[in-house]
Amino acid sequence: MATELVGTPVKRVEDRRLITGKGRYLDDIAMPGMVHMAIVRSPYAHANIKSVDTSIARSMPGVVDVLTGADVPYNPLPMAWPAGGSAGIQNNVNTPRALATDSVKWQGEGVAAVVAETAEQAADAAEAIIVDWEPLPAVVDAEAATKPGAPQLHENAPNNVVFEWSVGDKDGTAEAVKGAEVVVKQRLVNQRLIPNPMETRGDIGLYNPGTDEYTIWMSSQTPHIQRLLLAAFVMGVPEHKIRCISPDVGGAFGTKIFCYADYVLVLLASKRLNGRPVKWVESRRENYQATIHGRDHITYLEVAGKRDGTVDAIRVKTYANLGGRLSTIGPGIPTTLYARVLSGCYRIPNVYAEVVGVYTNTAFVDAYRGAGRPEATYVVERAMDLFADEIGMDKAEVRRRNFIPPDQFPYENPSGLGTASGGAKIYIDSGNYEPALDKALAAAGYGDVAAAKADAKARGKLLGIGLSSYIEVCGVAPSKWIGAVGEGWGAAMWESANIKVHLTGKVVVTAGTQPQGQGHETTYAQVVADELGVPMDDVVVQHSDTQGTPFGYGSYGSRTSSVGMTAAIKAAGKIREKARRYAAHMLEASVDDIEVEGAEYRVKGSPDKKKTLQEIAFALDLAFDAPEGMEPYLDETSYHDTPNCTWPFGTHIAIVEIDEATGVVDLKRYVAVDDVGKKINPMIVNGQLHGGIAQGVGQGEDGSLLSGSMLDYAVPRAEWLPTFELDETVTPSPVNPLGVKGVGEAGAIASTAAVANAVNDALAPLGIRHLDMPLTAPRVWKAIQDARAGSSNGHGNGKEAKA
Amino acid sequence: MIPAAFEYDRATSVEEALGLLRTHGADAKLIAGGQSLLPLMKLRLARPDRLIDIGRIEALKGIRRLDDGRLAVGSLTTYADLIASPEIKYGLFRDALPTIADVQVRNRGTIGGAIAHADPASDMPALLLALDAELVCRSAHRGQRTIAATEFFEGPFTTVLDPDELLIEIRLPAPSQHHGSAYRMLEQPASGFAIAGVAAVIGQTEAATGDTFDDIRIAVTGVGDHPYRAAAVEAALVGTPVDAPSIAAAVGAVCEGVEVMGDIHADREYRAAMAVVMAQRALEGARARLT
Repeated sequence: MATELVGTPVKRVEDRRLITGKGRYLDDIAMPGMVHMAIVRSPYAHANIKSVDTSIARSMPGVVDVLTGADVPYNPLPMAWPAGGSAGIQNNVNTPRALATDSVKWQGEGVAAVVAETAEQAADAAEAIIVDWEPLPAVVDAEAATKPGAPQLHENAPNNVVFEWSVGDKDGTAEAVKGAEVVVKQRLVNQRLIPNPMETRGDIGLYNPGTDEYTIWMSSQTPHIQRLLLAAFVMGVPEHKIRCISPDVGGAFGTKIFCYADYVLVLLASKRLNGRPVKWVESRRENYQATIHGRDHITYLEVAGKRDGTVDAIRVKTYANLGGRLSTIGPGIPTTLYARVLSGCYRIPNVYAEVVGVYTNTAFVDAYRGAGRPEATYVVERAMDLFADEIGMDKAEVRRRNFIPPDQFPYENPSGLGTASGGAKIYIDSGNYEPALDKALAAAGYGDVAAAKADAKARGKLLGIGLSSYIEVCGVAPSKWIGAVGEGWGAAMWESANIKVHLTGKVVVTAGTQPQGQGHETTYAQVVADELGVPMDDVVVQHSDTQGTPFGYGSYGSRTSSVGMTAAIKAAGKIREKARRYAAHMLEASVDDIEVEGAEYRVKGSPDKKKTLQEIAFALDLAFDAPEGMEPYLDETSYHDTPNCTWPFGTHIAIVEIDEATGVVDLKRYVAVDDVGKKINPMIVNGQLHGGIAQGVGQGEDGSLLSGSMLDYAVPRAEWLPTFELDETVTPSPVNPLGVKGVGEAGAIASTAAVANAVNDALAPLGIRHLDMPLTAPRVWKAIQDARAGSSNGHGNGKEAKA
Repeated sequence: MIPAAFEYDRATSVEEALGLLRTHGADAKLIAGGQSLLPLMKLRLARPDRLIDIGRIEALKGIRRLDDGRLAVGSLTTYADLIASPEIKYGLFRDALPTIADVQVRNRGTIGGAIAHADPASDMPALLLALDAELVCRSAHRGQRTIAATEFFEGPFTTVLDPDELLIEIRLPAPSQHHGSAYRMLEQPASGFAIAGVAAVIGQTEAATGDTFDDIRIAVTGVGDHPYRAAAVEAALVGTPVDAPSIAAAVGAVCEGVEVMGDIHADREYRAAMAVVMAQRALEGARARLT
């Protein structure tokens, strides 16, 4: 290609507006006559609602409407991804209603909504709603919730079980564990996280009584899907009567994929108010209470193998906390996206995973950056370290010995992407794990760690180094697999793009994906500019409005580059082909004789006989001289269903120092070698890695549960982080023309395990074998005190730790 | 995150502020930089009927040197002002100021606001206790009085200030060549407030003998329900060289007589242990500044 923008760190075209304050986020939108909604939320984790008295609120200044559960005529919110639903696994499904009617199952579940002329009036009136509560006993721990005597959340869900699901060879794994030279057991906690996008959620509902149509502006990753869900599953409104628009979205990390009660409420309220726009903007406190959380697994791990370092089996039982009611795809995360990739980048022949999905009196849990893959990586990477410790082998060496060798691809892993019932099988199509490990070890100075530890010891510090070799699954696809495989995923997984070349030669790309900060307006433009041979400035990328963009399944799971941009490449190919045919007409040559270089369409052997794309677009737009059978205008749409997922991988290394006196963990260095295939924009790739690593490090080092605001919930700060040392290997993905894999989640998938392994490595000289996250200073300090006092206290010999 | 409704008055002079306080007294809250009060109001944890905004009273801003060498710091002096001032030479201020919150809060937050708010984990009260600062206060009906910092804090978010009383200025001792000071704190990672913070001043008066110190002041924040002086540690260190062995022997008493707080971020055991560690490190830091 003439311009070759792909692969270069082009500055983001979004940034001029975003960093000069000219972005347009949900709360920046104001409309004439707009009113404001506040939602009354449960102060109890578990309670029956005896009555709701709205009379005082209704009489307060500015109040125009009050809604309770009885006023909402719609279905409960949908749940679209049961665990193995079509494979016969029974899923209990209790999802939230837009407003609770009889009971609440977590603190923050909505029970009433107030609409007033100003946001202040709505907030004041919301306080005046009187709910007669009957508080009930609550349970928040997923394992405890399944035990006899635990508080029961739903009459139809005995022992609070949502599903019991398993994958892998149960008997074969049992045999491998039974006959193994070495078996290591450990209980692992992957604590609950609050995702914390910088922009909280929010929406504006607008009903048009003249057309009976609804429009909703929503801070969402998935406007097309939301239109489908709201229309077909919740409101019973025809799909073409709803329009969903995502304005600039200030971060999402998965939280804005899902169908939320407030979407329904703003639309219903606007209808009740005969078309006044109704705005709701989530406060940070509400974001903590009523937007999805992530992770929250308790896992019993067994890893079995030989003293030569071979790992032969992994068996887990995982309790996955799904919250008080189910979010849109909650059950799919700890099953397909966790257990099916449990063996990670390792050739472990026997894998068996049991997963119990559990209701507890907590906010719903769903996909948060990495979604299942960070949980899997944490388990397998702790397993590798525990196994290495047990047999006295170097931790890098154990990994090296168990990597899937490069000649084994495509590789079918035993934890199940290929073992599911029916449909197409999915393989790990490519990988070359050892070079990434070696590069990371060299960069981190792995060979000199003993000296570094001694140096730290002399300063009263415990130094630890932690490895995390990971794989990721990006761009989950194809549709025929996800649909038929027995996973129960209720959607397809293709993407779309439309390209128009206007009379002036300017190019408009519309995509079915929705950026939340990833820079899609830049990267799509790089790709399409290269494909059509035009300057990037001549390409504009439009998105995130169901009116005017082709249907798309949205941006999550690091799928936009591999799936969405492939659709754009296909659409560009159609544009080129039509331009070529018209160039042949203009130049009075045969189509076969037209060669294309960049934006030039030339007759072979006659370099002077040529037309530019702009000239062709101009002529095709006017169509004064269009040949018989050729439609005017350059306007092409493509839909792309990719043949396979992509499989990024890499090794991350964290080096920490622990202050023995305080337990404070200081991340001194962070080395990451990632293979994300070809990079469209290396600067954006690095930005994604930086953000992902910081989020994952944040989980390793902190994250409290009893935290209602940022005063109590710590998110990582730049000052706590070292300069990330990034490097790469490049193994292009074979499944798309760009060779890209996706990078949105890699950092968050790898980094938590790297930090946890580093802290445990630092503590190992004290006889501490495993310390669970969050690795807060008090927890680390207590472990050190207990170790010094000679008490294992659960931190020591884990062989007896299995319940 | 919208506060409950409140009345608002802006005072343009100390006299006007005192008059408003006399009229509204217990129903009103003073607001200066607002960096502590506004978040509480937005969470509706604080719901004052009325705010009296003193933030623009110029007379309460800035740092003066008194004739006797002491410094008088106006109560509306911001953290940023203190950082920028060449007069503020005390080591413990140099340690503490850059760690307080972020740039925006340091630009708005005032020393008087922090003192009067009396958050039990705030840094500033510990510094003033360790410096034996004096607080000049005024009310319309009782006039002006000077309160020792050691007498000022009574409990969590509670001081001896009367409802109609305004904190005018903070008086700090003259900087001394013969004193060293330091502040060390372990912060709660989310809020940045102290799990345990210790301010230490060590010095020699003319009566001191040899290499020993006879002026020792240790103040602790974040540990008890209000900041306090660790008298037992001070007593144990008087007459010692404040070296590693004497520090180690003394700091164990840093929580003596205090009911140590526990919360989701640090239980009592950890907080008490961290008070000891921070006391040791603050004393070592203060001692190092004298060599």
